[in-house]
Amino acid sequence: MTGNDGQRFDRLPATEDDREVDGRATREEVLDWWENRFDIPADTFENHTFWEKGAGKIWIFGGDVPTPISVEGLGMTFLRTRQEHWKPTTDAVQRFGRLATTNVFELTDEQAERFVAGEDQEIPYDGDWGYVIAAHEIAGEREPIGVGLYVYGELKSTVPKGRQRSV
Amino acid sequence: MEPFERYRDVVDDFEAFIDACGRSLPMAVRVNTLKATPEQVEHAFDEAGVGYERAGWHPHVMRVETDTPGATWPSFHGWVHGQEEVSAIPATVLAPEPGERVLDACAAPGSKATQLAAEMDDEGTLVANDNNLGRLSALRFNCERLGVTNVAVTNRDARNFSLKPFAADGEREGPKFDRVLVDAPCSCEGTIRKNPDALDGWSEDHVAGIAGVQKGILRRAVQVTRDGGTVVYSTCTFAPEENEAVLDHVLRQEDCRLVDYDLALEHDDGLTEWEGTEFDPQVTKAKRVYPHQNDTGGFFTAKLEVGA
Repeated sequence: MTGNDGQRFDRLPATEDDREVDGRATREEVLDWWENRFDIPADTFENHTFWEKGAGKIWIFGGDVPTPISVEGLGMTFLRTRQEHWKPTTDAVQRFGRLATTNVFELTDEQAERFVAGEDQEIPYDGDWGYVIAAHEIAGEREPIGVGLYVYGELKSTVPKGRQRSV
Repeated sequence: MEPFERYRDVVDDFEAFIDACGRSLPMAVRVNTLKATPEQVEHAFDEAGVGYERAGWHPHVMRVETDTPGATWPSFHGWVHGQEEVSAIPATVLAPEPGERVLDACAAPGSKATQLAAEMDDEGTLVANDNNLGRLSALRFNCERLGVTNVAVTNRDARNFSLKPFAADGEREGPKFDRVLVDAPCSCEGTIRKNPDALDGWSEDHVAGIAGVQKGILRRAVQVTRDGGTVVYSTCTFAPEENEAVLDHVLRQEDCRLVDYDLALEHDDGLTEWEGTEFDPQVTKAKRVYPHQNDTGGFFTAKLEVGA
């Protein structure tokens, strides 16, 4: 086993048996996580590869490049691993969260506006604690807004500062 | 507007041109088809009480009646991207297909790169390069907000862009590109309606200096494109030194030719002569868009085919 080189992109190993870098998530684990947490089927990502650059920062890429590769960015930041609770990114949830059927928090217009502004809100909810997908209805469909952290009866907004808006 | 006096004999209805340059620009957005259809965006703008009008020449460009399109739900969701209307021209002309290898040589801050990704339906490989590390964060931010996953972001001087990082095991270089966009750094005369300070640093020396950079970038773009592949060259300026003269230089130095293309906006052909210098007659296939023709910013675009 070797350590993680935070300066370059390395493709995730397919399974535990292929793992060569200590603590690196596997493709199988990533797919299982999205399926278990949000019920998003694994075949959603069959045309994508997953990469680690930086400690635990997982990127999703739909193109074709050799591994490892030293570039500034590869696809989209997708998931934060190497911590007790894995955390999806706002951008990943916006792109793929429409398919989610569990741990989705449907907000009213007013709640959605406060969420995007970065406010925490007390909202009753009988689902799992932890990271959830905040969504609202727009143009007649349910659309994911971002990632919330639900603990102690409160929905915390994790919308990054640079993406917070007054809409 | 002083620097524009040199275009008095070139631009039809010069007074209308100068008048248009002094007016502010209508707000426009591009629908990001990776996340939404134009119909969904219209529905959302209707709900928000924001007026809009689709551009006649492009199905995904809309003029919007708000000064702050960034503060709307469609923008937050990455359904739309604020983008000047003429800035949607080059990616439209390059017209990449899903599955291709595409390079955006001067990509930051990413309006055109994200448009290329949408044209590719997020399939294939888009290399988005820029030499300015600071501007790369804006590029990455925009790509992620619009849900692009097929982009590899690089930080190189486009004049010596290297295929080496993309080489597979045992190969010396990575594959050449099917299509390359060179939306070159320029003197930005055409952005005067958006940025009234655009002409503040204008000088003939500045124009000449930047033209040298443009020649280097376009030459390298042709070199990294496969035979039969396409390069689009564009600027947001009117200066022939940065437009037709750059094309003339690259036509003489590299194996490529200019090709015709359709553009459903009113425009002029490229200039074959400027201040006593004649250019390769092929440059008439380039297109000049002036602000008074379509009530937009100014723009220049040319399409090249690489190899015989």
